Amino acid sequence: MSEDDEPGRPQPPDPGSKKTRNCAAVHPSPHPDRVLEIVLEHVLQFLTARRDRNAASLVCKSWYRTEALTRSHVFIGNCYSVSPSRVTARFPRVRSVAIKGRPRFADFNLMPLNWGAHFGPWVATMGKAYPWLERVYLKRMSLTDRDLCLLGDSFVGFKELELVCCDGFGTGGLAAIASKCSQLRVLDLSDTEVMNDGVDWISCFPEGETCLESLIFDYVECPINFEALESLVARSPALKKLRLNREVSLGQLYRLMVRAPQLTHLGTGAFGPSEAQGASDQEYDYASAFSACKSLVCLSGFREIVPEYLPAIYPVCANLVSLNLSHANINVEQLKPIICQCRKLQVLWVLDSVCDEGLKAVAAACPDLRELRVFPFDPQEDAEGPVSEVGLQAISEGCPKLESILYFCQRMTNAAVIAMSKNCPDLVVFRLCIMGRHQPDYVTREPMDEGFGAIVMNCKKLTRLATSGLMTDRAFAYIGKYGKLVRTLSVAFAGDSDTGLKYVLEGCHNLQKLEIRDSPFGDAALLSGLHHYYNMRFLWMSSCHLSRQGCREVARALPRLVVELLSYEGNEKMDDGAVDVLYMYRSLDGPRNDTSESVTIL
Amino acid sequence: IENSNTYFAFSYKTHQTCNPIPTFTLTPLLLLRVRHQQISRVLQKAVEGSSRNIKERTCFLKESLNFFGLSELLGKKMGSFETDLNLEATELRLGLPGREESDKSSNGTRNCNKRPLSESEPRPDGDDEGPKAASAPKAQIVGWPPIRSYRKNNLQPKKAEAEAASGIYVKVSMDGAPYLRKIDLKVYDAYPELLKALENMFRFTAGEYSEREGYKGSEFAPAYEDKDGDLMLVGDVPWEMFITSCKKLRIMKGSEARGLGYGV
Repeated sequence: MSEDDEPGRPQPPDPGSKKTRNCAAVHPSPHPDRVLEIVLEHVLQFLTARRDRNAASLVCKSWYRTEALTRSHVFIGNCYSVSPSRVTARFPRVRSVAIKGRPRFADFNLMPLNWGAHFGPWVATMGKAYPWLERVYLKRMSLTDRDLCLLGDSFVGFKELELVCCDGFGTGGLAAIASKCSQLRVLDLSDTEVMNDGVDWISCFPEGETCLESLIFDYVECPINFEALESLVARSPALKKLRLNREVSLGQLYRLMVRAPQLTHLGTGAFGPSEAQGASDQEYDYASAFSACKSLVCLSGFREIVPEYLPAIYPVCANLVSLNLSHANINVEQLKPIICQCRKLQVLWVLDSVCDEGLKAVAAACPDLRELRVFPFDPQEDAEGPVSEVGLQAISEGCPKLESILYFCQRMTNAAVIAMSKNCPDLVVFRLCIMGRHQPDYVTREPMDEGFGAIVMNCKKLTRLATSGLMTDRAFAYIGKYGKLVRTLSVAFAGDSDTGLKYVLEGCHNLQKLEIRDSPFGDAALLSGLHHYYNMRFLWMSSCHLSRQGCREVARALPRLVVELLSYEGNEKMDDGAVDVLYMYRSLDGPRNDTSESVTIL
Repeated sequence: IENSNTYFAFSYKTHQTCNPIPTFTLTPLLLLRVRHQQISRVLQKAVEGSSRNIKERTCFLKESLNFFGLSELLGKKMGSFETDLNLEATELRLGLPGREESDKSSNGTRNCNKRPLSESEPRPDGDDEGPKAASAPKAQIVGWPPIRSYRKNNLQPKKAEAEAASGIYVKVSMDGAPYLRKIDLKVYDAYPELLKALENMFRFTAGEYSEREGYKGSEFAPAYEDKDGDLMLVGDVPWEMFITSCKKLRIMKGSEARGLGYGV
């Protein structure tokens, strides 16, 4: 951290101060070093990727300073790795901030409630330091209505608010944003929980034309004032992305679509006639509404679907790049007529109700597919599995450009996974969830080691891997040996002994995020990764074989690491017993002070 | 079998379904009151339910028909499901009530680690120890499979939630009565209460129920239409199954009423 900069001052630093060389000489202005800095400023503005910027900042102090002045977007991968004041001190001219809070396993109720990740301290600090802030992106953070009010008050030209998997606020907070941020272009509430305080936030947008380009509230479980929404859509000529929640009926969707034929991204609400309207519901020509949306490339929603209405989307299928049917319980016969028309499709999310046959149809129809997610209709371990290795094999054969796959199934074979590793060499993300724990290869009864081994071996671009099924230490040996680019690894109910984790910690040099649950890894394995933990964003280990003693050793060996032990209810007293959850991450500013009782920081 | 009134308990070693199947709920210990004439009816419903778990149900069907010495019914009722039969995959054992299944599954709590089985070698005996090895109902593992809660909840249509909150209302008609009534099945715990309520509502007496002869001693017979549209006699299936499958009640009268309960 450079002490040279005066916090909050937007001007470039005084060229005569604290230079490391030639400070005695006086030159006619502009000073050559100053010239260099001016040039650098201009050049660095073209550098947007944060890795490149991080590298540039390490060259020398002058570059560090200049880079800090020209960075307009700051990404904080772990909200507790650095304090808000440190960020605002280093980067004075920020326009856009992205902050991530809780680790991913919190989505599955593995984290005690009220763990943290509060936006409050950030908005308070940034409100003073960044009056020109335009964009905030938060993932897995907790916000209050007050935070949102403060945001609206602090940032006059605020344009984009994206909240992904966040919680803690209600419709009152949304109303504050809608009313205070007159320049608002993007309001994205993907996967975010909003408490229903009864406030009609849609009506709080200002009168007259708005700048809205994107309004996404598909998982907000509050009823909305439809007339207000219709009026809002009508006076938002720039609106391109609209994703509605399931309170919006099909008839209402029609009315919105005819007002916004310029939409590129549409998320429907309920996709079927609503009971409330019943027989009085006009039967609109939905197909004509869809065909009027000539720019539509991304379609989602389809909640509470009545499959008979699906043909309405035929007119847009040929142009679709992204289709999300993961809430639509449809079978293969209902999928086929749609998917056959989607020749340009690159992203597809479906439910396993389409069965292996449906996936075969996808493989035949979508050669350009880059991302596939198959979600389970019945997400339980013992349910019947309509998709299997057959579907995976078909996809691998029909979609060679596949880059990302998330596949839930009840049974799998190594052969199919190996086939995918060979047929889809561009895979970057491979997430396979065999829902029965410790499930071996369905046919050979062997562990899934060879399958996952083939993935890390053959998919040279792989950066994210999630494993499942029966896995021995051998699988981890493969991952450690070949998974050199892997940054995110998810492990559940796998491995035999400490050796497994050791392979990974010693071999995966690029590992950033490691999340492990219910696997037999203990203190010895934990201690084998000491050389690497400072390079990681976090390590999560729950229900493994760790002891408090082992975690204490790590904390002692690595003072800049925050080692949190989380306990589930009823397990508070764990003097030297087993650890429920270990969550550790590096931090420049030491342990946080907003912990709840279930958290112990060593 | 035809004359007995005994409850038969079946326990079997396959995995149990956690979801209630529309017409036939399978639990590790399933109590069936069977009636000779109704066996094929009831068991056929098990087969004709949703397509899920069809293997399990067809095996159960075959085994139970064998047990009752009614395997000749298999040919008539199984139809296309014959090809789905794979008895080896789902080992069924039929036993008398009170037999305990050994619990091989690990406890499904957060503190669970591996199963007691050794993981590193494949199971030598070849039968499916996979997802079906745990015989007892698997305790819900927290956060597994890793699906976000909104994905689990959203698959329930809103109407089901409303129903759960507000009761199960079905129409009740009586042959000869000018208009229908509606009752909330959730209000009752078992058949006797329901029958009493119906008797009060329509001023009739239902007679005495026996599984062999239906309602004896009355010219009325309470019947219901189930999800498949079939007319069934009230009282034949377990109460829980009844309230989820009953769409309409009909109190039949006269010769039609007497005819019900005999034959297929």
